[in-house]
Amino acid sequence: MSIHNKTIAQLSKGLNSGEFSSVELTQHYLDRINSSQLNAFITVTDELAMEQARSADDKIAKGNANILTGIPYAHKDIFCTNGIKTSAGSKMLDNFISPYDATVSHKLNQAELVMLGKANMDEFAMGSSNENSYYGDVKNPWNINKIPGGSSGGSAAAVAGRLAPFATGTDTGGSIRQPSSLCGITGLKPTYGRISRYGMIAYASSLDQAGPMTQTAEDAALVLNVMAGFDEKDSTSAERDVEDYTASLNDSIKGLTIGLPKEFFSEGLDDEVASQVMAAVKEFESMGASVKEVSLPNSAYAIPTYYIVAPCECSSNLSRLDGVRYGYRCDDPKDLEDLYLRSRSEGFGEEVKRRIMIGAYALSAGYYDAYYLKAQKTRHLISEDFKKAFKDVDVIMGPVSPTTAFDLGSVKDPVSMYLADIYTLSANLAGLPGMSIPAGFAQNLPVGLQLIGNYWSESKLLNIAHQFQMQTNWHTKVPQGSE
Amino acid sequence: MSLSEEQVGQIAYLARLSLSDEELQSNTKDLNSILSLAEQLAEIKTDDITPMAHPLHMTQRLREDKVTEKDQSESFQAIAPKTGKRHYLVPTVIE
Repeated sequence: MSIHNKTIAQLSKGLNSGEFSSVELTQHYLDRINSSQLNAFITVTDELAMEQARSADDKIAKGNANILTGIPYAHKDIFCTNGIKTSAGSKMLDNFISPYDATVSHKLNQAELVMLGKANMDEFAMGSSNENSYYGDVKNPWNINKIPGGSSGGSAAAVAGRLAPFATGTDTGGSIRQPSSLCGITGLKPTYGRISRYGMIAYASSLDQAGPMTQTAEDAALVLNVMAGFDEKDSTSAERDVEDYTASLNDSIKGLTIGLPKEFFSEGLDDEVASQVMAAVKEFESMGASVKEVSLPNSAYAIPTYYIVAPCECSSNLSRLDGVRYGYRCDDPKDLEDLYLRSRSEGFGEEVKRRIMIGAYALSAGYYDAYYLKAQKTRHLISEDFKKAFKDVDVIMGPVSPTTAFDLGSVKDPVSMYLADIYTLSANLAGLPGMSIPAGFAQNLPVGLQLIGNYWSESKLLNIAHQFQMQTNWHTKVPQGSE
Repeated sequence: MSLSEEQVGQIAYLARLSLSDEELQSNTKDLNSILSLAEQLAEIKTDDITPMAHPLHMTQRLREDKVTEKDQSESFQAIAPKTGKRHYLVPTVIE
C-alpha cells in the first residue's frame, strides 16, 4: 500500500516503529501537493512543515511521542496561524499575517502535528461548491471538471486526493459534511460548542463549528480527541469534559434504532443517491440495527431560516473588515467614507456581498420582526422536531446532498445553489452533531451517508460509522490518479 | 413585496458597499429571489414560539474583571494598512 493511502492510525504505527520518519512522510506529501492540479491549498508551508517534522522525529526517537506526533495535515485557511497568512479565501485578507494562533491551531501544535499548508475554501466559508474562493476553484479529485463541494472544499479534496492524511474543516451549514460526501471521505461536525471557535474567522457565530475530515471514523476520533475541549477564550464553548472518542469505536451496534426522516427522501433527491443511501441503511440492518420512519416536519424551512440567520450574523461579523486595522485597504481613499466603501467593495467577492446585504436588510428597522425574529422562531421549531425524533431513535440517517458533485460553473443562480444544502442545514440550526461517511457511488462519483446524532453523541456517531467501515470498503476507494 | 434598485443601493450603502450599475441590477434580481425564498417562513405559525438565539440555550459565562492579555499593540499594528504614533491612520475626518 502506498504510504499516502494509509490512515492516521496506520501512519502512527509506522512512525513509532521506525518504518519511516516524519521528515520522509512530510516530504512525500509536499511532493504530492506540489505536483497536484486540484488547487486544494492557498499556502503551502513547506519550510515550517519540515521543521515540525524534524522536531517530531526527535520526540519519537526519544520515546516522548504521542499518537499523533509527526502526522501531517492540511489546515483550513479559516483558522488563524501565528506568523502565517490566514486569508479565509478572501482578497480582503490576502495580506493578513495572523498575529496569533486559533485555539485549534494551538492544540494541533501542542499535539506535535505537522502543518503542510492552508487549505483552499469558499470566501469566509460562504459557499457550497468552492467556486467562491479568491484563489480559484478547487477541483474534485474524482473528476476535475466537478466541484469538490464547499466551503471546506480544499480540505476535502486534499484528503480524497491523498495530499494529506487529514484536514481540518468548519461547518456552518454543511461545510464539512457536504464536501466530505462529494469527495468520498469521512467528515464530522461535532455538537455546537465542542471545539473552540477562538481564532476561527467568524461567519455565523451561532452556527460555526470546526471538525475533522479524514479517511476513516477511527481517524476522526483520534483527531477530535485533540481538537475538542472547553476554551475560556470562546464565550460559547461548552464547559464539558472531553471523552476519549476512540473508546467505544468497537462497541456492538446491535439493537441500534435508526430514524429515517421521510422529508429527506422526497422530491429533489437523485434516484441513484437515494438507492446508495438505502443500501447503506440495509447494511446497518444486517448488522443488527432496526429502522423506523421519523418526521422532521419543519426541515423544509431550514433553507429560508438559515439564509436569514446566517447572513444576519455575517453582516455583523464582517463589519469589522473596514480597511482600517488589518486586511485590504483601497488605493488613495479621498475620505473616510470612500475608504470604507471602496475597501469593502474591492475586497469582498460577490457571494459575500450578497449575504452582507441580505443580513443588513433583514436586521434593519421595520424588517427585523418579519425576517430575523421569524427565522429565530422557526429555528426553535426545527430543533424541537429533532428533540421529538430522538425520543424514538438513536441516530438519524439520510443523504448529505441531493445529488453527486455537479459540474464546475454549472450552477450560477444563488438560490439554486442554496437549495443543495437542504439536508445539512437543520443540524447546524439545532446545534446537533453530524457526519458524512462514504456509502457508495452514483454516476462514478462518491455518495455520502449522513448521520445526525443527539447532543454530545460524537462517540456514538463515531462508533456507528466505524462499525460500518469495518463491514464495507467505500472509505478505502481512491480516485484514479491519486493512488 | 420586492426591492427596487434604489432600495438595494440604500441597503448596500448601509453595509458600506458600493455597487456599479451592473452590480446593482444583478443584486436587485438576486436579493429579490433570496427574499422570496425567505417569505416561505410566513407560512409557519410561530405566535407562541420563543426565538432561538443559541443552540444550547446557554447563559453567558461571567469571569473576574481582571487583565488577562498582555499589550500586543506592536504586533497588531504591524499588519495595519497605516499607523503612526501607536494610532491607526485614516484620511482626515475634521480639518
